[in-house]
Amino acid sequence: MAYLLSAEVRAEIDKWLEKYPKDQKQSAVLTALHLAQEQNQGWLSEDVMDAVADYLDMPKIAVYEVASFYSMYELKPVGKHKIAVCTNISCMLRNSDQIVKHLEQRTGAKLNGTSEDGKFTLKEVECLGACVNAPMFQIGKEYYEKLTPEKVDEILDGLE
Amino acid sequence: MDKIDIEIDGKMVQVDPGSMIIEAADEAGIVIPRFCYHKKLSIAANCRMCLVDVEKARKPLPACATPVTSGMIVRTKSQLAREAQKSVMEFLLINHPLDCPICDQGGECELQDVAMGYGDDVSRFTEGKRSVKDKDIGPLVSTDMTRCIHCTRCIRFGEEVAGLRELGATGRGEHMEVGTYVAKSVKSELSGNIIDLCPVGALTSKPFRFSARAWELQQRNSIAVHDCVGSNTQLHIRRNEVMRVVPQENEAINETWLSDRDRFSYVGLNSDDRLTQPMIRQKDQWIEVDWPTAFVAMKDALTACIEQHGPEQVAAIASPNSTVEEFYLLQKVLRGLGSNNVDHRLRQKNFDDQDEVGAYPGLECNLSELAHMDSILLLGSNIHHEQPILGHRVRKAARRGAQVLALNPLKFNYHFPLAAESVVPPAELCDRLAGIAKALMETQQAPEDAKKLLANTVVSETDKVMAQHLLQAERAIILLGTLAQHHSHAATIRRLSRLICQMANVDLGWLTDGANAQGAWLAGAIPHRGPANSSLTAQGVTAHDAFEKALKAYVLMNVEPNLDCADGRQARHALTSADMVIALSTFKDPLLMEMAHILLPITPYSETAGTYVNVMGEWQTARAVVTPQGEARPGWKVLRVMGNMFNLPGFEYTSQSSVLAELKEQLDNASSSGGLQWVCPESLPNADKGYLERITQWPLYRVDPLVRRSQPLQETTLQDAVGIYMHSDQAAKLNLKAGDVAHIEQQGTATLNVFIDERVPLGSVYVPAGYLETADLSGGSIVVRRDK
Ligand code: SF4
Ligand code: FES
Ligand code: FES
Repeated sequence: MAYLLSAEVRAEIDKWLEKYPKDQKQSAVLTALHLAQEQNQGWLSEDVMDAVADYLDMPKIAVYEVASFYSMYELKPVGKHKIAVCTNISCMLRNSDQIVKHLEQRTGAKLNGTSEDGKFTLKEVECLGACVNAPMFQIGKEYYEKLTPEKVDEILDGLE
Repeated sequence: MDKIDIEIDGKMVQVDPGSMIIEAADEAGIVIPRFCYHKKLSIAANCRMCLVDVEKARKPLPACATPVTSGMIVRTKSQLAREAQKSVMEFLLINHPLDCPICDQGGECELQDVAMGYGDDVSRFTEGKRSVKDKDIGPLVSTDMTRCIHCTRCIRFGEEVAGLRELGATGRGEHMEVGTYVAKSVKSELSGNIIDLCPVGALTSKPFRFSARAWELQQRNSIAVHDCVGSNTQLHIRRNEVMRVVPQENEAINETWLSDRDRFSYVGLNSDDRLTQPMIRQKDQWIEVDWPTAFVAMKDALTACIEQHGPEQVAAIASPNSTVEEFYLLQKVLRGLGSNNVDHRLRQKNFDDQDEVGAYPGLECNLSELAHMDSILLLGSNIHHEQPILGHRVRKAARRGAQVLALNPLKFNYHFPLAAESVVPPAELCDRLAGIAKALMETQQAPEDAKKLLANTVVSETDKVMAQHLLQAERAIILLGTLAQHHSHAATIRRLSRLICQMANVDLGWLTDGANAQGAWLAGAIPHRGPANSSLTAQGVTAHDAFEKALKAYVLMNVEPNLDCADGRQARHALTSADMVIALSTFKDPLLMEMAHILLPITPYSETAGTYVNVMGEWQTARAVVTPQGEARPGWKVLRVMGNMFNLPGFEYTSQSSVLAELKEQLDNASSSGGLQWVCPESLPNADKGYLERITQWPLYRVDPLVRRSQPLQETTLQDAVGIYMHSDQAAKLNLKAGDVAHIEQQGTATLNVFIDERVPLGSVYVPAGYLETADLSGGSIVVRRDK
């Protein structure tokens, strides 16, 4: 099953494995899942998780437990761009509702859903620690802060 | 280590340092409520029900995870403790559905019990409760996951005891769910234990479900009868019917566990085809008769046969699950009639070393010692399937760091890592043992004849490694499983094992078939010795030879010849051509009825008192817990009357215990016989058979008539389905692929589905026994081709 993980992903996991004791391969599970998710269009299918389990000599269920615990892992297919929008207290006070509404309009995706063309997924998340510049969202590894509807348009226009 | 003093609820108790408050309290008989804590599992401390008040602590502490310290003062019922416990209870009940009236656990539920003591009578929670979808985890355990309180006992059991991490907690917080995540059955031979472990009604017994309430049941102690461990059980009875089976704690044997086979085989007790009336075949008609008629018919037929052909033309073959009393009386009847042809070793093919065995084949250590071995060689044993409880003990040893070695004709998936493994075709097993022995000879003293025997043996690297492990281990044991004992060169395997044991100074254990092989040996249900190991002037023939020679009359005791014998085909031929076949049987097997002439209904273990001796020589007597069905009678009573019918002396028993006492007296007076001695085989078998070999074993739920009748066990996916299993390269050679249907000839024929299975070594195919579809196959070379 390890073939489901690309050679690059495996090489990268191997690098992490070097940091941990040989008999505790499961220590690399978080990174491995991130890498696997990136390689697999942004989400973790069962067979990809199984591949990670096999690669790290872990029971499959132990990998499912980790993947379902953290909200950064997607267990269902996501759009090409996953927009993680914060609606926690600071952002809410700075009108994140408006940002959400605007995002829904622009992308055609409902909050916690994916647009029909498969381009966008909107995901409501809790505080991402950027309260000083609320409201904010995250796309990929980038934070976008001090958002206004205009700024959102600009950002979305810049996406393919 | 010195004990330390602590005070719990004003009571001074002495406890081992390092133990937890809850252990100390349990020992002192002070009740602390708990859900997640279980003495056989690791500590999770996640339910918080066990909070107690510890002096000088700033807040209540979990008793299950707080180690005792000298002078500690604990209060389990102070106001602080009570408040904490009550609050936790309230939290635990927030999401619990409180559906006790429709819950199978009702009346025996830890949550219900604890809620009685610590819960409030009204709920302050008005919000919506969460609900969780039920999972289908197979035919044995049913789930109502909304009731789950996330104690994680079932999860820890999988990881720590069963060795299969299948259940887990996915999601988090409010969304946490216990389950398998992907829909699948739990595949463990010990899975039923999670029913006992689950403190609520989330995991309950599927076969028992909705059939009775806990308070309607009476509990009776009994012994499990499907493996040589003899787990202690409790049968739960309602209106003269066994409703379910649960373990009875016995630290020396099954601890708190029970295998699924022992737990769910009871379903077969009430199967539709119970034999409840004696029957006689007249021409081709079976007619039901009363006992006196049946006994007279039996006597006349056997007498005629003996007069005409001599008593040596009579053989008695008994299931290895029979009781000591049955074995004893069966051999007494037969020997009284002048025949020594008594045997219980249905599945063995080779008996050359039977005279070299001590009092009985068994374990040279006790079960708890098994977990403290430093090295264990599993020889021809899929131990989890053959002896589930022992599998757990071996796994315990492995978790302690023991080097487990495996030498098998199939690659088994053990639940523990192996330090070395050889998977070789059956014919090569002896060579590998010879290799290990020869590797030992480099440093160890060896008998001259052994050196000569192994002169040409080539030692492989793995042989050397195994020899090293056995030698270096402070304590080690070789465990002979069914694949070793049913081998056509079993005697050589056992002799070589003994040689290795002598040289490396390790123990030997035979994991015998059935529940009472040890009892059979001691009671004399063997052809070459009388009861209590007494010697005989003339030896009888073994079960195998009795069928091969096709005698004139047979007495069978709970044997289904097609499915239970080493060579079902041969057994059937012998029985169909015999003049008289008398079958003492619990079930009305249609195939048995084709061969038998007289059927005598005998009771299963639940309906008779009887004694079983387990693999470490522990005698355990079980009582009858329900009355016999119909006219069925305990085997010992039937055999006693048989003795009376033939006017044999000494058949005046009035109870099962008087039979037992007679044998025990003989044992007390018997001289103790030594262990298996090294006897040099004449030669080593030739490994190159030059033909395709068949590997066979009994899948775990096909081992005896009772389990075969337990539908829930048959529905599990754990055992190998009927078919022919082979390596992909082997399949390619035979021009077969997965999904094909193959035609097989091995004297008889079979048509079976092909499974590709890389566990099977090249040069052999694996065809499980115990299925009707494979019952016509015999021994020797096997021809496999694609079915047209
Ligand atoms: S199913 Fe039962 S044993 Fe398992 S976590 Fe839930 S309550 Fe505990
Ligand atoms: S509340 Fe939105 S980033 Fe902290
Ligand atoms: S029993 Fe102590 S926390 Fe659960």
